[in-house]
Amino acid sequence: MGRRVSEVTGSVGRVPASHMPPEVLIRAEGLVKTFNKKNSPPFTAVAGVDFEVRRGEVFGFLGPNGAGKSTTMRMIGCVSPVGGGRLSLFGLDPDTQGPQIRARLGVVPQEDTLDLEMRVRDNLHVYGRYFGLPRAVIRERAERLLEFVQLTDRAEDKVEPLSGGMKRRLTIARALINEPEILILDEPTTGLDPQARHVVWDRLYRLKQQGTTLILTTHYMDEAEQLCDRLVVMDKGRIAAEGSPRDLIERYATRDVLELRFPLGEQEQAVEKLQGLGERLEPLPDRVLVYADDGEAALSEVSTRGLEPVTALVRRSTLEDVFLHLTGRTLVD
Amino acid sequence: MAVLDPASVPVPSPSASGPPAPSGWVLTWRQARYWITFFRRTWRGTVLSAVLGPLMYLTAMGVGIGTLVDQDHNLPGGVTYLSFIAPGVLAATAMQNGIFEGAFPVLGSLKWFGNYWAAVNTPQRPRDVMFGTALQGVARITILSTVFFAAMAGFGTMHSAWAVLALPASVLTGTVFLFPMMAFTVTLDSDQPLTVVFRFVMTPLFLFSGTFFPWQQLPAWMHPVAFATPLWHGVELCRELTLGTVDLGSALLHLAYLFAFLALGVWLALRNYRRRLYLDR
Repeated sequence: MGRRVSEVTGSVGRVPASHMPPEVLIRAEGLVKTFNKKNSPPFTAVAGVDFEVRRGEVFGFLGPNGAGKSTTMRMIGCVSPVGGGRLSLFGLDPDTQGPQIRARLGVVPQEDTLDLEMRVRDNLHVYGRYFGLPRAVIRERAERLLEFVQLTDRAEDKVEPLSGGMKRRLTIARALINEPEILILDEPTTGLDPQARHVVWDRLYRLKQQGTTLILTTHYMDEAEQLCDRLVVMDKGRIAAEGSPRDLIERYATRDVLELRFPLGEQEQAVEKLQGLGERLEPLPDRVLVYADDGEAALSEVSTRGLEPVTALVRRSTLEDVFLHLTGRTLVD
Repeated sequence: MAVLDPASVPVPSPSASGPPAPSGWVLTWRQARYWITFFRRTWRGTVLSAVLGPLMYLTAMGVGIGTLVDQDHNLPGGVTYLSFIAPGVLAATAMQNGIFEGAFPVLGSLKWFGNYWAAVNTPQRPRDVMFGTALQGVARITILSTVFFAAMAGFGTMHSAWAVLALPASVLTGTVFLFPMMAFTVTLDSDQPLTVVFRFVMTPLFLFSGTFFPWQQLPAWMHPVAFATPLWHGVELCRELTLGTVDLGSALLHLAYLFAFLALGVWLALRNYRRRLYLDR
């Protein structure tokens, strides 16, 4: 067998991936999900997506709210019936073998579903018992997992007073109690403050290093860039592009971006004067983006053309720019 | 996982790997077990009210009001008022417990405890979650009915050997209300509609299903309404058993009606649990 989460905190050495061909754990072909709401036309949340997730990789779904990420994740988690197309996990069929599949998954839902009245440790216990694990096994794993998510000293406290970041880490620990082969995270850091996000990222990065297969959705491009080996950009229920973060940036953006802000009402004129500058112009409501491989050169060209922006900033391209190029919209509204 | 020599690591063939799924019974038990742990914290209060409730009922209604009623000897068969209402209250209390058990544990699981949303990400299916919750509901109905039944016996209201069957009959009556209530509660997002059910469904049933007075006293147009309620069948069945007036034909009729209602409730609960827990509504 491959690497499991049991190795997360233990001393067990991991198997180098190079000795094995990449094993496909999840395969989706033309995956569709349509909701039939009363008194309104059917709503297609996922409109035919194809992807593969291989053992040991971190695979991301990047897209704005409503792109169909969570619905796709729910189908992968076997808690929402497949609406069309084909989906298989571990070569099993979610429709008929959901319990077997779920036994091998760990899920961190978008909203924490912890029992706030219970103690931290008991939350892990209840969840472990749901998987049918013996008490002694849960006790031993809970110890390790609480240490892994840095909650050992809160083990006997109730969940309620914990901070958002701690609750999220506890949810991650809980999802690991059955030593899953795949950990699914739906927007793991949404709603957390920057410091708490970094702690979560750090833990996820460790899981990744130990070879756990991770699938995550996010609408934060920095999260996707930091964690994902490979990702798909989703928009309106479809996959707009697929690749590694670096691939996507190289394919769909220039090296640099020049961000220019002009005084109110003067942007339109400015955009006209900017035509031809860089590879591409992207006027947004509050600023203009100039895509150019050399941002500094583009900036000096701006003043040469007699323009005086209020602010000017040269930065590297990110997945945000990829998304903007693919969909014409920003990720976070 | 033991330390493995990389060279000897077989590439797992995906379809063959992984243990087989546990049976539905096992998955249901895992959900029911959660509730045992859950109620371990609160059982003292439950038992106290379970014992005090029937004692107060039987004393106040049976002995207190009974003394007045019995002066006229108006009840069918000339039984005492206490013997008349005891089996009725047994069935009606079971109904009440069935409705409560189908209400707060379910809403709590969806809104406060998080355990349903946790359970769906484990091997449990919506049906296992439903049956597991129902199992604890039936267990509590049984315990509460048994306490009441013991109190009834202590008050000398058992007039036949058939009376022992009134206990399972009352548990059946409570269970008949458990499933439709679970089916209803699992669609809710707040406890407001529950109050409506308690006030406008449970209380009228409690009062007008022949619990406290013979159903023949109701106006004629209400008779069919009474016959259509499962509680009426439960009350009649329990009463015929404790008074010893039971005959096979009417008993089978009551049972058939109760079981039909039970089947409908189970079907609705299965459907609604799946829709809610798989967000497929």
